[in-house]
Amino acid sequence: MEDVFEIAGRQFGSRLLIGSSGYPNRQVMMAALEASGAEVVTVSIRRISLDGYAESMLDLMGGRYVLLPNTAGCQTAREAVLTARLAREALQTDWVKLEVIGDAETLHPDVEQLLRATEELVAEGFKVLPYCNDDPVTCRKLADAGAAAVMPLGSPIGSGLGICNPRAIEHICARIGVPVILDAGIGTASDAALAMELGCSAVLLNTAVAKADDPPAMARAMRLGVEAGRLARRAGRIPRLDRAEPSSPQLGLIGT
Amino acid sequence: MTLAADSNAGAAPATIRVNGVDEPLAAGTLGELLAARGIVPGARGVAVALDGTVVPAADWAGTRLAPGAEIEIVRPFQGG
Repeated sequence: MEDVFEIAGRQFGSRLLIGSSGYPNRQVMMAALEASGAEVVTVSIRRISLDGYAESMLDLMGGRYVLLPNTAGCQTAREAVLTARLAREALQTDWVKLEVIGDAETLHPDVEQLLRATEELVAEGFKVLPYCNDDPVTCRKLADAGAAAVMPLGSPIGSGLGICNPRAIEHICARIGVPVILDAGIGTASDAALAMELGCSAVLLNTAVAKADDPPAMARAMRLGVEAGRLARRAGRIPRLDRAEPSSPQLGLIGT
Repeated sequence: MTLAADSNAGAAPATIRVNGVDEPLAAGTLGELLAARGIVPGARGVAVALDGTVVPAADWAGTRLAPGAEIEIVRPFQGG
């Protein structure tokens, strides 16, 4: 049976989205992106260095990957909306990973500002993918505001703690009418698999691959983790029991 | 004379702010300012905002700069 992953009417073959930050160098990054099988790669929007020309992410990856600009570092809806508009101009895309950060320590989203920015950008025709809390109410409000997907955190950005609240993620996946992309906190391949088993449509990660000892190998592990988790989800897991259930037949036992 | 010179010395030179750094206003238009930095319309991946509003590349040449203008020049960078 065909398993189509679609956001805002666009279909993707891979359910793994990957970031482009923090790799040891560009060769390792390109090898890791290749190994991940991802089609969508996130980028930030930053002031150019006025000192001179540096090779652009666009030169490096344009054409090979769908670049998804983020609004990382923004703390208000106003900053995030301007960043999204600049990103649209720079990359000729109306897609944006919307981040509005409310706390410098935990990098948790500012829900009020996030919702406001989502409404504003949706009204301007953006396809908004908000990075948000693992809170079903927030996710529902973002979806109602027209977000193309919601991207709840598994745990704080870069923490590698995995999915701290799997029941909330499962609940969000069951109730939200837009794709749920687990974003942030993934530490290793089993975390990515769990996200998919809980019902997520996709996983977005960066640090777990970029800072691994061997980024391309971890990228492949993440790819396989996402695929395994998706297959398991669709295959339908057995219920959890609080007792044993013999797996071998109980008839014809020797000695009976 | 003294009074006139004092009054001239007191007038702040016109400045603009480019990517967070103040500089004298030397260019007449946004296009001139960008061209002086090697950025011309068609530059891949570059976007520019003037006073919080994105200015499309087609409008750079015709956009005049006033004292106090705040300009942001950005491009895609590594990100998660």
